[in-house]
Amino acid sequence: MDLTLWTYEGPPHVGAMRVATAMRGIHYVLHAPQGDSYADLLFTMIERRGARPPVTYTTFEARDLGADTAELFKTAIREAYDRFAPEAIIVGASCTAELLQDDPGGLARAVNLPIPVIPLELPAYRKKENWGSAETFCRLTRALAGAPRHREFGARPRCNILGPTALGFRHRDDVQEISRLLGQIGIDIGVTAPLGATPHDLTRLYDADFNVVLYPEVALPAAQWLEKAYGQPFTRTVPIGVGPTRAFVAEVAALAGVDASPTLRDATSRLPWYSRSVDSTYLTGKRVFVFGDATHAIAAARVARAEFGFRVVGLGTYSREFAREVREAAEACGAEPLITDDYLEVEAKVGELRPELVLGTQMERHIAKRLGIPCAVISAPVHVQDFPARYSPQMGFEGANVLFDSWVHPLMMGLEEHLLTMFREDKEFHDGATPSHLGAKTRVAPPIAAPAAKTLDVSAAETVAATPGVEDGSQTAWSADAEKELKKIPFFVRGRARGNTERFARERGLTAITVGTLYDAKAHFGR
Amino acid sequence: MNAPVPLGQEGTVSIIGCEAAPILRERGQREVFCGLTGIVWLHRKIQDAFFLVVGSRTCAHLLQSAAGVMIFAEPRFATAILTERDLAGVADIDDELDGVVSRLLERRPDIKLLFLVGSCPSEVIKIDLKRAAVRLSLNHSPRVRILAYSGSGIETTFTQGEDACLAALVPSLPSESPDSERSLLVAGALADVVEDQFARVFDALGIGPVRFLPMRRAADCPQVGPKTLFLLAQPFLGDTARALEERGAKRLSAPFPLGSEGTTLWLQAAADAFAVPAERFDAATAEGRARAETSLARHRQTLSGKRVFFFPDSQLEIPLARFLSRELAMDPIEVGAPYINRQLVASELELLPEGPTLSEGQNVDRQLDRCRAARPDLIVCGLGLANPLEAEGFATKWSIELIFTPIQGYEQAGDLAELFARPLVRRDLLEV
Repeated sequence: MDLTLWTYEGPPHVGAMRVATAMRGIHYVLHAPQGDSYADLLFTMIERRGARPPVTYTTFEARDLGADTAELFKTAIREAYDRFAPEAIIVGASCTAELLQDDPGGLARAVNLPIPVIPLELPAYRKKENWGSAETFCRLTRALAGAPRHREFGARPRCNILGPTALGFRHRDDVQEISRLLGQIGIDIGVTAPLGATPHDLTRLYDADFNVVLYPEVALPAAQWLEKAYGQPFTRTVPIGVGPTRAFVAEVAALAGVDASPTLRDATSRLPWYSRSVDSTYLTGKRVFVFGDATHAIAAARVARAEFGFRVVGLGTYSREFAREVREAAEACGAEPLITDDYLEVEAKVGELRPELVLGTQMERHIAKRLGIPCAVISAPVHVQDFPARYSPQMGFEGANVLFDSWVHPLMMGLEEHLLTMFREDKEFHDGATPSHLGAKTRVAPPIAAPAAKTLDVSAAETVAATPGVEDGSQTAWSADAEKELKKIPFFVRGRARGNTERFARERGLTAITVGTLYDAKAHFGR
Repeated sequence: MNAPVPLGQEGTVSIIGCEAAPILRERGQREVFCGLTGIVWLHRKIQDAFFLVVGSRTCAHLLQSAAGVMIFAEPRFATAILTERDLAGVADIDDELDGVVSRLLERRPDIKLLFLVGSCPSEVIKIDLKRAAVRLSLNHSPRVRILAYSGSGIETTFTQGEDACLAALVPSLPSESPDSERSLLVAGALADVVEDQFARVFDALGIGPVRFLPMRRAADCPQVGPKTLFLLAQPFLGDTARALEERGAKRLSAPFPLGSEGTTLWLQAAADAFAVPAERFDAATAEGRARAETSLARHRQTLSGKRVFFFPDSQLEIPLARFLSRELAMDPIEVGAPYINRQLVASELELLPEGPTLSEGQNVDRQLDRCRAARPDLIVCGLGLANPLEAEGFATKWSIELIFTPIQGYEQAGDLAELFARPLVRRDLLEV
């Protein structure tokens, strides 16, 4: 049993729903009890979709368990076929139905529908949402893509775009941006899938020179299968940020055998100039914590470092499938890796590292809000506000512009920060006052349920820090003068200054912290 | 069209209501939450209780999706997610659960009452949480009381989760002393502000002691016994009512306190039982009724004559249809409820004017067909259906708001009407 408060990913059948809902002409018959239909609201409310997800839930009850849940399934699939007339049906079980072992695949075959019926095996007690999306998309691809055929010789270069789903973070806009970019390079697009594709479209996947994998979490298994089946290579570069977008252009141009130099020459993004303009010098070395799915987290860490001049202090993911890649990326930017789907562990890490900016999911947005740290969302899981009305891709050259705006906006601007540092005794600049950009309310320390090691927020950290030497039993006491001097340090870095000074003192075996120790530590840790 | 019925006049209460009306019983896909969802409001109501679901990742995902936003520093609910090790018998379920509960209680010393909440998977693999609760209680008493109930979708629908929770609580409530006076118990979670309003009215009526279930703090368990009379504040508390009756308490049958009329009749049931003189009743309720009438009048023009269609959701459908038709002159076409407990809603059905189809259970596709054919002016439905129906051009009221908003009592009658008026007002307002 795993004790869980919040989850980054839903169960794998929700991943299958993300694929089915993204597509057209498909229906998902899900063996599931009443209540599992809650998943519909993810799509209708969070993503504001104007249509119900194409899912029929068999809705069995306790009294059916002794009777015939299998018959219920067969009725449901027959009725779904008659009512929705899909081109293809996928069938599967949710967590509870998995325990019944009714074999939806076998039952569906027995009903003998005149359309492709693709059974899904999504082990609910072992796997999670993204894996469910990837497995579903791969199963659909394998079932529908047909026998290998070869493309006509001499045709214009063509690729498929793989990976975008329903409920994805900016997938809709990324597809638009990348499609435009590929058009500029002179590459046609065969099929974009799952988003907007029909089962029939998947039968045309063979008809492309290569595949663009936008989101490896979803598309990698399908792309690997297509490579094996049709010899179609696929892209490795995720075009998030200016540098990676240029690398992506070069990569697809090479795969397509076209000249990328006109596109690269004409490419415009405002990010490079905005980042080089003097106003942005205040961004230099800002300490950033990055967490999300592997694709977005790795990309964000790279962009943060190379295109914003931030310092990445922590990089993590909940995608255990890509733990190795995230560890490598963390190592490359000298940050601590964090591979976990335990929200409390992420919260503790943010509290411990005290970054100046958090780039994370909807969950980190809440963590950051509680800790009073600015935050921008870079990855699913997302909430309704992460489906903006305006065009706001993450990928491509326009995506880089969006990154610049959305990561810089939560921060204080350069001069504002200087003023805070200079006039420390201004009555609004104290611990209790929330920074103006985070709203005018007085910051209330969140209720701390227990002084458990895992919960670490601002107030808890202060308490720990105020008990000198608890960690190793040594006595490190603050002199009154040093304590007073510490108060002159802006409140948003004071906790870190306190922690660093105590560490500095402990490491040197100092029992008392004086004003001198404080400044020695500042010199030691200063960047 | 049903004109609003002036109160207190004999003979105006329809005796040819819906109590004998046939019910359309349906089976099929349901677009309704399971009972786990009750945790979303119950954990806010009982301020030192914790709800530990023993279930799957789906349960955890449902709870955080139903809670909508993850706004709480740390919620007082969590899920012990079953893994393959638990299912395969590699791990001993009792040991695992003991470990999870110990860690949890260590982390949260503020918790005084812990509910182990059963889910579909835990019911299917027959984890006996009641027995586990007894065992764990021995380890953790007296600091923490541990109870169990099931919120599984195979047994409970949406608000039934609250029923199961309260029913689990009832056997452990302290007994009234045999020589105590008669007392009134109000069962069903109400917003604190509404509870306080009712407490003041009962006080003005001279009824007391008045106690509320659920209580706000685990230590404030209401006493119950043969001298207890109880009023249900919510229409979904069948098991709770039975459990209270087993403790000797007597149920006062009444419509539910939605709208001015419902509130008056609900209070009247208590007043009659406690032999409150009519003048005192009028004096204690006159101001509330007048304020409710003023605030209802504001919305009557928007809502009067409008045709409303209820999809099954919270069990409040029948009382709400009664309120909308009698006090705002709306015209219910279909009133769907997940299940209909005729005994609990008997006084509601008497009042509900003849006409609407009453439906129980759901086949959502067939119900959508009926709804589209009927072209109602307003559809009351769950979150999974609301935007798709709006996109088809219908006005909708998402029903979960009716559970998360204080709507009972005189002071909230206008707010309740406004919830139904707002979608219509908004449509008139928008020019895009």
